[in-house]
Amino acid sequence: MTAPADAPAAPRAHRPPPATLLYVNVVVVATCGLVYELLAATLGSYLLGDSVLQFSLVIGLYLSAMGVGAWASRHIEGNLARRFIDVELAVALVGGLSAPILFLAFAEVQRFQVVLLGFVFVIGSLVGLELPLLMRILQRDVAFKDLVSRVLSLDYAGALLASVLFPLLFVPELGLLRTSLVIGLVNALVALWGTWLLADQLGRTTVIRVQAAVVIALLGAGLVFSSRLTTWSEDRIYADEIVHAQTTRFQRIVVTTGKSGFQLFLNGNLQFASADEYRYHEALVHPAMVAAAEAGRPPRRVLILGGGDGLAAREVLAHPSVEAVTLVDLDPAMTGLSRRFAPLAELNRHAFDDPRLTVVNDDAFVWMSDAPAGWDVAIVDFPDPNGFALGKLYTRHFYQLLAARLAPDGAIAVQATSPLFARRSFWCIVRTMRAAGLTVAPYHVAVPSFGVWGFALARRAAFPPPTEPPAVPRRFLDREAMAAMFRFPADMAEVETEINRLDNQMLVRYYDAEWRRWQ
Amino acid sequence: MTPSRRDLVAWLLGAPLAVACRGRGRPPTPDGELLTPGKAAGHRLRDAGRGGAPPDVRIPDDRWRRTEVVVVGGGVAGLGAAWRLLRQGVRDLIVLELDDVAGGTAQAGASAVTAYPWGAHYVVTPMRHQVAMRALLAEVGALDGEDAGGEPVAAEAARVREPEERLFHLGRWYEGGYLHAGASADDHAQLARFTAEMDRWAGWRDGAGRRAFALPAAAGSDDATVTALDRESFATWLDRHGFTSSRLRWLCDYACRDDYGLLAADTSAWAGVAYFAARVAHPGAEHQPVVTWPDGNGRLVAHLAGALGDRLRLGHAVADVRPAAGPRAHPAGDGGDGGVEVVALGPDGPVGVRARRAIIAAPLFVARHVVAPVRAGARALPVIDRGAWAVANLHLDERLRTRPGDAPVAWDNILHDSPSLGYVVATHQGGRDHGPTVLTWYYPFTGDAATARRELDGASRADWAEVALADLGRAHPDLRARCRRVDVAYWGHAMARPRVGAVFDPALAAARAPLGPIHWAGSELSGLALFEEALDHGVRAADEVVAALAGGAVPP
Ligand SMILES: Cc1cc2nc3c(=O)[nH]c(=O)nc-3n(C[C@H](O)[C@H](O)[C@H](O)COP(=O)(O)OP(=O)(O)OC[C@H]3O[C@@H](n4cnc5c(N)ncnc54)[C@H](O)[C@@H]3O)c2cc1C
Repeated sequence: MTAPADAPAAPRAHRPPPATLLYVNVVVVATCGLVYELLAATLGSYLLGDSVLQFSLVIGLYLSAMGVGAWASRHIEGNLARRFIDVELAVALVGGLSAPILFLAFAEVQRFQVVLLGFVFVIGSLVGLELPLLMRILQRDVAFKDLVSRVLSLDYAGALLASVLFPLLFVPELGLLRTSLVIGLVNALVALWGTWLLADQLGRTTVIRVQAAVVIALLGAGLVFSSRLTTWSEDRIYADEIVHAQTTRFQRIVVTTGKSGFQLFLNGNLQFASADEYRYHEALVHPAMVAAAEAGRPPRRVLILGGGDGLAAREVLAHPSVEAVTLVDLDPAMTGLSRRFAPLAELNRHAFDDPRLTVVNDDAFVWMSDAPAGWDVAIVDFPDPNGFALGKLYTRHFYQLLAARLAPDGAIAVQATSPLFARRSFWCIVRTMRAAGLTVAPYHVAVPSFGVWGFALARRAAFPPPTEPPAVPRRFLDREAMAAMFRFPADMAEVETEINRLDNQMLVRYYDAEWRRWQ
Repeated sequence: MTPSRRDLVAWLLGAPLAVACRGRGRPPTPDGELLTPGKAAGHRLRDAGRGGAPPDVRIPDDRWRRTEVVVVGGGVAGLGAAWRLLRQGVRDLIVLELDDVAGGTAQAGASAVTAYPWGAHYVVTPMRHQVAMRALLAEVGALDGEDAGGEPVAAEAARVREPEERLFHLGRWYEGGYLHAGASADDHAQLARFTAEMDRWAGWRDGAGRRAFALPAAAGSDDATVTALDRESFATWLDRHGFTSSRLRWLCDYACRDDYGLLAADTSAWAGVAYFAARVAHPGAEHQPVVTWPDGNGRLVAHLAGALGDRLRLGHAVADVRPAAGPRAHPAGDGGDGGVEVVALGPDGPVGVRARRAIIAAPLFVARHVVAPVRAGARALPVIDRGAWAVANLHLDERLRTRPGDAPVAWDNILHDSPSLGYVVATHQGGRDHGPTVLTWYYPFTGDAATARRELDGASRADWAEVALADLGRAHPDLRARCRRVDVAYWGHAMARPRVGAVFDPALAAARAPLGPIHWAGSELSGLALFEEALDHGVRAADEVVAALAGGAVPP
């Protein structure tokens, strides 16, 4: 490659740049590069699972991409200072925006792994270009052996700095998104600073400074925009690291991870914690499956309303008698996440890939009015009735529609909020189901992350509460637990309530009043 | 002169808003269509009939039809009359409706997302005495038996879903239709006293055991204590009773605008009190539950029209209704008259119908031009003040945002400081709470009706779309971004308005009496426009016809 035509024909009187300051550049460049790598690996293991695979893939690809960049650097000629600043700005932009873009991409694109590795490769190659270029710039003023020793040692020191700061400072304080953007900003500011350090080699600096300003502005905008992905306040509300956050047309989905596993939040309300969800889902599903089996035959057709996390489906599909499950959940993003988000897909044992499961994304209330009938079991797992749009799913009318679509021997189980914290709400649900003509057996279990939790088992005919746990793998539900569930101590005993109807939505009012006391 | 869009907005909503609307970079007005139900055909008829001459149409012999009863007008009154006739065994009947859709001011539209109303959008749960309403609502599955006291119970899914109403005031949405926030002790005391007064009227019975105020109005008392209220305005009545609270007065004005398209100052006190007292079963009871559907009263219209099959002829503008005489008269003319001949302009030319009896369920201002004996001066029809309304249906691609702390979206969403009535949400009743929807926005012209009609004519659909967007935009900054389409309807002669003296006008009572073989339906015969009134007059007229056909005396 020959020197480009725009290279300065006669360099001006050569004044060496202050080398020590350029060494600071080396440390920053090295630190930033490693942070991008760690970000990509962390995001990959959070979102796709299998952290060993993700970390080794990302690190391997990143290092080889740096090699590609270093090899390519020999083809770069002309105004080296100018090229160096260009590359630094490119790293700042691509690296800085990497985490926000990957967050968005996870919700939007199918082949997330490809996008992730693509980013790693581009960032790696650009970082690989940086040091050789810097060394060639410094080479004019510093002896080669000093140069190599200083630059490489500072590079490794930068790597150490990054690997310490990343887990201890950046992620806990800033979260993944902001870490990425802030590091990008640091990178861009260093590039801007470089335009002064290398001013004498750059020729006209106006254009390059404008470019730097644009990159800084973009990253700044990203920082503002990132608060739409996860807000500072959200980062503070959740005790654990947010690994996935998404605002869908219907709700805000946030997944956090911590030492004890991970948690799913919808609109800020905990839906489950992986550590103890089995208690909740075994209690939600099995009593109804047993009640239906005891009344007639083992259940074959099962309806799940809500339950987009697939955890109730996991318990249902464990029953060998089940031939078809229809899961109706409002939010395609939720059911999509449960299929694709590795930790969740593992937890629900890939329920969404089971050929027996059919997903319907619709409002269960609307779907129910033309729903097919003949369900052996219906599992009703909606979020708590904290608004009118959810309250309608707990009304007499809704239970009447559901009861009419149940097989004659069919059973229903409804998650019914906490009989301890929201006692009136719980009994309102039970009494509303009775008003819809159902025989109801209320029960409760302890789920540590929730507290005492309530459910309602119902059939159209009178029935004795089931006592035998089903013959499927279980961690919690045994004979003793089954027997204890249906007994209500004095502090959770039945209270008088109104019936929850569409035209009064009493439950939403009870629930609001009761949970407000605990907040 | 056509007012500019900005003039229109300024005039309708007050100057400050228009200034706000003046921004240059405003996005273009969404597309949409304009409905002017009945206007073109109606005005052609009027102009043809000018000077007392019947429109000169010759109908070939093969375009005459014979039937027992012909009903002119397929609004709720006409459809209700036909429904009653069918139930009474009169199956040989024809309903002629000028518009291409049935329902008149209770018609509905539909998009791929939802059905939505173009006019009337609710009824209230009937009381025990409302036999026809009970039968009709039972047919559409909107009733769920009776309570212990024998009062009808509306089905849960038919009753308006909570939250029913919310109110926008000074940047916030509040629950309910009365502004409790910031109300003084005196405001609350006056509201309580007003409620007690309405309760008193709800419990009042005359010597014959009739309620003071009932739906339909004909079921209420004509005792002098009650009729006296028709001789003063609601505002005067409120003044006289010391109801001065501005919040209460707002509520009363809103009630009059909502049901009658009038301000309290122009509304008969009878109608004002009836709004509140007729819908309360007994003192202390709640307001009878509102019953509604996504398409509003269009659901009832669809049911009524569906039962008629091809007896309902759409696109037929009746031009002449005349008692028949001579060889062409209906062979079975009864009671000494020879039946009626009706001439209508159909989609493929004029048609004639010979019938034994006719029911006029078109508005009286139309009847004046098309009913021959009226043209000839055999009867002077009362002149009824009919107000004008604009209605816009705003099609949204996604729900509007609710700010934290605001009352959540309700079925009826009212703006406190607006001449409009706010909007109802078409998808509310069906329970679909996410995604695209349609908002129906209502704008009653409370002033002089002729002026209002000129103003309607002077503005385009886009002008009205802008008015609706500006009006609701105050409460919903994201409205424009979400709004994909705005359809507008002009109701030039929307509904009869119960001004002072209008309800117990003796001329109105006289207009209900049959004129030879011609019977009269139409909600305006009550002096107010409600579904219950339209159905009541349709049923009454049908019963008169059944009695006459059976040779019995026509009830007085
Ligand atoms: C915007 C609006 C909102 C309303 N909201 C409510 C509400 O929420 N609840 C409620 O109870 N009421 C409401 N009303 C009033 C309600 O529409 C009436 O009470 C009732 O439906 C009137 O029925 P009608 O048959 O008496 O008259 P119309 O609805 O006026 O019907 C008359 C029919 O006659 C037809 N016609 C006229 N001329 C001819 C001709 N020459 N030949 C053939 N046909 C002819 C017309 O096309 C029309 O279809 C509302 C009205 C409007 C305009």
